[in-house]
Amino acid sequence: MKNDLIKPQGLVKDANRRKFLQKGSLSIAAAGLFMVGCNDDEDYMPPMMEDGVMLGSGDIGILNYAYALEQLEAAFYATVIQGGYFANANAEEKQIMADLEKHERAHKEFFKAALGASAIADLEVDFSAIDFDDRMSVLGAAKTFEDLGVAAYNGAGKFIQDAGYLLIAGKIVSVEARHAAAIRDLLNPGSTDFAGDDLIDANGLERTLSFSEVLSAASTYVTTPIDFSQLPS
Amino acid sequence: MNLLKLLDKMCPDTQNSDQKELFFSRREAFHKFGDMSKKMAMAAVPLGILSALPKVAKADTESLIGVLNYALTLEHLEYRYYQMGLDAGVIEGADMAIFEKIRDHELAHVNFLTEVVGNVLGGDPVMEPAFDFTAGGNFSPFTDYPTFLALSQAFEDTGVRAYKGQAGNVMENDVVLTAALSIHSVEARHASMVRRLRTKKGHDSIKGWITEGSNGTLPAATQAIYDGEENVMHGGVDVTQLTGIDSAAVTEGWDEPLNKDQVLGIASLFLA
Repeated sequence: MKNDLIKPQGLVKDANRRKFLQKGSLSIAAAGLFMVGCNDDEDYMPPMMEDGVMLGSGDIGILNYAYALEQLEAAFYATVIQGGYFANANAEEKQIMADLEKHERAHKEFFKAALGASAIADLEVDFSAIDFDDRMSVLGAAKTFEDLGVAAYNGAGKFIQDAGYLLIAGKIVSVEARHAAAIRDLLNPGSTDFAGDDLIDANGLERTLSFSEVLSAASTYVTTPIDFSQLPS
Repeated sequence: MNLLKLLDKMCPDTQNSDQKELFFSRREAFHKFGDMSKKMAMAAVPLGILSALPKVAKADTESLIGVLNYALTLEHLEYRYYQMGLDAGVIEGADMAIFEKIRDHELAHVNFLTEVVGNVLGGDPVMEPAFDFTAGGNFSPFTDYPTFLALSQAFEDTGVRAYKGQAGNVMENDVVLTAALSIHSVEARHASMVRRLRTKKGHDSIKGWITEGSNGTLPAATQAIYDGEENVMHGGVDVTQLTGIDSAAVTEGWDEPLNKDQVLGIASLFLA
């Protein structure tokens, strides 16, 4: 890695961040929010879009991609804990859902802060396909979201330029995998589904999904158009 | 992932110098060569050719071999542990399928890493060490099921932290990084399952995720596996202050890495 500089990205308001950084943002390290490696010259501040969001390019784009997924998960569990399934769930499931709501909300808020001015806007979600009073419907959706999250982080890792961001993604993805295993075990207790053959191949490697595969799957639940055309490939 | 396809992608020896640069340092070369890496990844190379060619970019290859042999050592430990547990008959019948599945994954990881180190990178895959899972007579994992479960949890949680700690060391190689991440999440799934199993059986009150730096009811010797998990600072921000979420939940939401020395310190308890 060339420059693992910690910068207050939240303070960067200049639309041309590269030019801004060249002017010497190194001195602006004070106010709270942080980090953004400047080793990728093509990192790009996503412009405002009339109708939808653009993730941007480089590591910023990937962080926005993670932020989009965490927004989806956070919105899902926020709805779960308001619903009939949660109200009537047993103690174990209640604990798990309450934990997951907090974990995903923490992830979401973290990415929003990390991205600062580069963060995409709040996504509009549509959970009309999920019956929040029905256990199987909620757990089935939770399984989809958690498995998707793991495959998304695993697939995005190789595109991350900054070792610090890669580590942050690594810290989160294993928690998503812990969630996924627990949800799968609730659906089929005591089985091998927690690490099922539908996800893990003969080499013992979990599946990865591309940006387009993940966002296509997520689009069932996200109504805001997401432009990911600037992400690395 | 199909192993042969993977081998094709990983082979550094059959490519011209620009392609080698891409292989070892995509991040540096990325802007210069555009999407060439995708094209070259499609070239098919028979396995036999790989070992016959001279080595290039030796330092990078040796660094990868070092990391993967370290991972392989841990996979040897895990595989042997589960195989011995299954052979000993210590596992309760209802849980057999779970531990057979975990054993299968660990064996697959051993074989995969052995293949990559030996036949792709041209290194010497580390041999399986001799293990002492009693840790000098302190534990009886193969006659006492709660102890078997406890050490299983210890190994899985260690594995997650170990792979996480190496991500940055293999990030210049996309294929190795992706494979490492894809093993890492499998270990996390195992860890979650075993942790919850222990709580269901009344051995502990832990969850699938790690709360603060707690080792629950695990033996004191395992505390190093959980030290540091109480961290709530990420990217320079205290996430509890940022979100108002309690620190227990915040610590659960992020797993922490361990470096090689820390992990080998833990693993050395179980070396004969």
